[in-house]
Amino acid sequence: MSALLSLDNVSRAFGGLRAVDGVSFDVAPGEVLGLIGPNGAGKTTLINVITGVHPATDGRVVFEGRDITRMKSHQIAKLGLSRTFQIVQPFPKMTVLENVAAGALFGGQAANMAEASSAAMEQLRFTGLAQVADNPALSLTLAQRKRLEFAKGLAMKPRILMLDEVNAGLNSTEVDEALAMIRKVAERGVTIILIEHLLKVVLSVSHRIVVLHHGALIAEGAPQAVLRDPAVVEAYLGAKYAARYGGTA
Amino acid sequence: MKNWLILAAGTAVLALLPLLGDNYLMRLATIATMYVVLAQSWNFIGGLAGYPSFATAGFFGLGAYTSAVLMSMGSPLYLSWAAAGVAAVLFSALVGGAILHLRGHYFAIASLVTVEVLREIVNTTPDLTGGGMGLNLPIMRMSVAEHATFFFYAMLALAVACMACAILVHKSKLGFGLRCIQQNEDAANILGVNAYLYKTAGFAFSAVFAGIAGAIYASWVHYIEPPDVFDILLSVKPLVMVLLGGLGTIFGPAIGAFVLLAFEEVVWRNFLTLHAAALGIIIVALVLFLPNGLLSVTRERFGVRRKKRPGEARP
Amino acid sequence: MIYFQVLANGLILGGLYACIAVGFSLVWGVLNVINILHGSFVVFGSYIAYFAYAYWGIHPFASIFIAGVVLYGIGYAIQAGLVNRVIAAPVLITLTLTFGLDLIFNNAMLLAFSGDYRQVNLANPLPSLRLGPVFLPGDRVAAMVLAFLLTALLWRTLRDSSVGRAIVAVRMDREAAALMGVDVSRINAITFGIGALMAGAAGALLSIIYPISPINSGAFLGKAFIVCVIGGLGSVPGAIVGGVALGLVESLSAFWFGPEHALTISFLLLLLLLFVRPGGILGKKGYE
Repeated sequence: MSALLSLDNVSRAFGGLRAVDGVSFDVAPGEVLGLIGPNGAGKTTLINVITGVHPATDGRVVFEGRDITRMKSHQIAKLGLSRTFQIVQPFPKMTVLENVAAGALFGGQAANMAEASSAAMEQLRFTGLAQVADNPALSLTLAQRKRLEFAKGLAMKPRILMLDEVNAGLNSTEVDEALAMIRKVAERGVTIILIEHLLKVVLSVSHRIVVLHHGALIAEGAPQAVLRDPAVVEAYLGAKYAARYGGTA
Repeated sequence: MKNWLILAAGTAVLALLPLLGDNYLMRLATIATMYVVLAQSWNFIGGLAGYPSFATAGFFGLGAYTSAVLMSMGSPLYLSWAAAGVAAVLFSALVGGAILHLRGHYFAIASLVTVEVLREIVNTTPDLTGGGMGLNLPIMRMSVAEHATFFFYAMLALAVACMACAILVHKSKLGFGLRCIQQNEDAANILGVNAYLYKTAGFAFSAVFAGIAGAIYASWVHYIEPPDVFDILLSVKPLVMVLLGGLGTIFGPAIGAFVLLAFEEVVWRNFLTLHAAALGIIIVALVLFLPNGLLSVTRERFGVRRKKRPGEARP
Repeated sequence: MIYFQVLANGLILGGLYACIAVGFSLVWGVLNVINILHGSFVVFGSYIAYFAYAYWGIHPFASIFIAGVVLYGIGYAIQAGLVNRVIAAPVLITLTLTFGLDLIFNNAMLLAFSGDYRQVNLANPLPSLRLGPVFLPGDRVAAMVLAFLLTALLWRTLRDSSVGRAIVAVRMDREAAALMGVDVSRINAITFGIGALMAGAAGALLSIIYPISPINSGAFLGKAFIVCVIGGLGSVPGAIVGGVALGLVESLSAFWFGPEHALTISFLLLLLLLFVRPGGILGKKGYE
């Protein structure tokens, strides 16, 4: 089964700082890939590189056999890669519906505004925001804004949806709701890359996990195995804990 | 639909103006419609897209000189006017390529500088443009009244075309995309909006009508010189008019144009030497007290609350 | 050989341009406001020097202090009273506001002083120097030296005084500075005042070189823009580099193409720089 998305030795440097350092991995169609790592590991930067926000300074990004390394963000969006932002960025002067319709119209390539609106309503119903559709986007609570981001991303009819810390700031119930939605989206066949801090989320929903540390990939594989990898334990908890707890299968 | 009705009604009312036979009034109205064109033009790039352009005077002057130079070489009137529009669009594409990737202040200054550069180019090519001595245009054989009426209708037709364009753009994918860009360009890009293309289109729209307005103006006044048609106020006043009327709305620019000019007329008649200061006071008051323009005030006052269909601008 | 003269002219201009621009650059870098009034502040400083000399025989170089103090007060008041109300607003709003204020200020000057050009004609001008092939007008050289000194003094103040450190902090990160206890509004007003002060001081220096009229305000503003784009925002070394660079470019282009094209060439340089490197030669990431 050939990879849907393939990163080949991708690096991104900002001046002297290598935020992403020679990262290579594949994403199989239909899988949910967890992308974890301590703060500052380069997870968001990696997503930025994939979506063309910061072009890679080295390496290649290949999507469905096509080299997208040098493509502009909007082209990448139309090809079927969509992402959410960690710090939610709605269009402040628009309603919730308009925000999602923008995703449907431009990324999802709806034929006209009417079609975009109905596609948007569908996603709003799915994410439970239908009743606030006509409210200004800024009037939403944080949890609702996260769902708005999610709905926008879905409206783009993505092949790959990259979720950047969708659960940050949510309480336990909200996290469970979000998880349920992610599972349903995965069931539809959308490939998902999930950047997450919450290990419970990552463990419960990912098929595979990839771990970044200081910009480099330090582990890759099934969730339970990766979390026991000494390198991973050391990255998160330090050498002492790695020595004490690492390596046990 | 409502917008088209408003436009038709406004046009019909204005079209009756020459019947009053007041040449001075027609002169005022010609200037007013010219500023409607300039304000509405600016609104495409400044109001919708949110890029504070000061290039309006550049497009205007370029249009004026393109048309004037062509006519001095024998080109017929309407063709020269059309060529002015084309020249302005081409110039906007050229300059846009260079400056549209800049944001905020840098874009504003860069757009301002293009006006200065154009003015200096005209100043230093006297063989072609008459340079600092100015350029005369062929006089048209008409009576004073006919002349006034003709140019009023010409400017009015341009204003109607420009407003029609504005209505169409506001409802279109382009308009929606520009509004997304104005509110969050990075998010717009990620969603699939080709921001660069859309900005270029907005910039082109801001150029074409301003360029033709310059051409009509030049023919109307028969004599142009660089400080006249490349005047920075031709960039600033339209901006103020849009701020006054309501940024990014459809009729705001037109309302702002009429209000500001009415005010100016009063000040001009009574306080000539304070003209600049009076404009300055309006601007300061506007910025400090009415940041959303007049349309927002009326909306609050009269409680207009209409369910917006997605993607629609406020009228 | 003639190039030494061109170089000397360029340096003299450069020092003056740096002084004109440094206040503007500071305000832009710290408050993120383009102060259209800056050119008019320079002109007003020149007028102060002119009248001080005409009525009381005070040498323009001494008027630096008078002009500086007066303009500091004006600048502080304008920022604290007006500009600060829209300090968080987008570029369009702040730019339009300072534009409107400049219309008022400039018109007021026109009314008070008329548009006629005035010039300070010193009764006892400094003697001119001759360094080999290069001719150095004494007063202009003195003005240049004072301009550099003033700029250096500003730099010292920014580095060493606590107010200066606060200003630099706000320039780097407004929110962080506020969290550290800096009164950002007060710093904004002080910075704007300093910007006006430097403009006024520069104006006093310029009064013996350029003719004085409110009509010139735009030209000074234009120079300040270009210096900022060349040298980057909010830094004194940047203003010096930018000022000297602009001075040299103007001097050279006046020599090669004639003085009438100097303006166009400066503007084309500006456009080129904006296209290629909006952060300036020193590469500081400019504010938007």
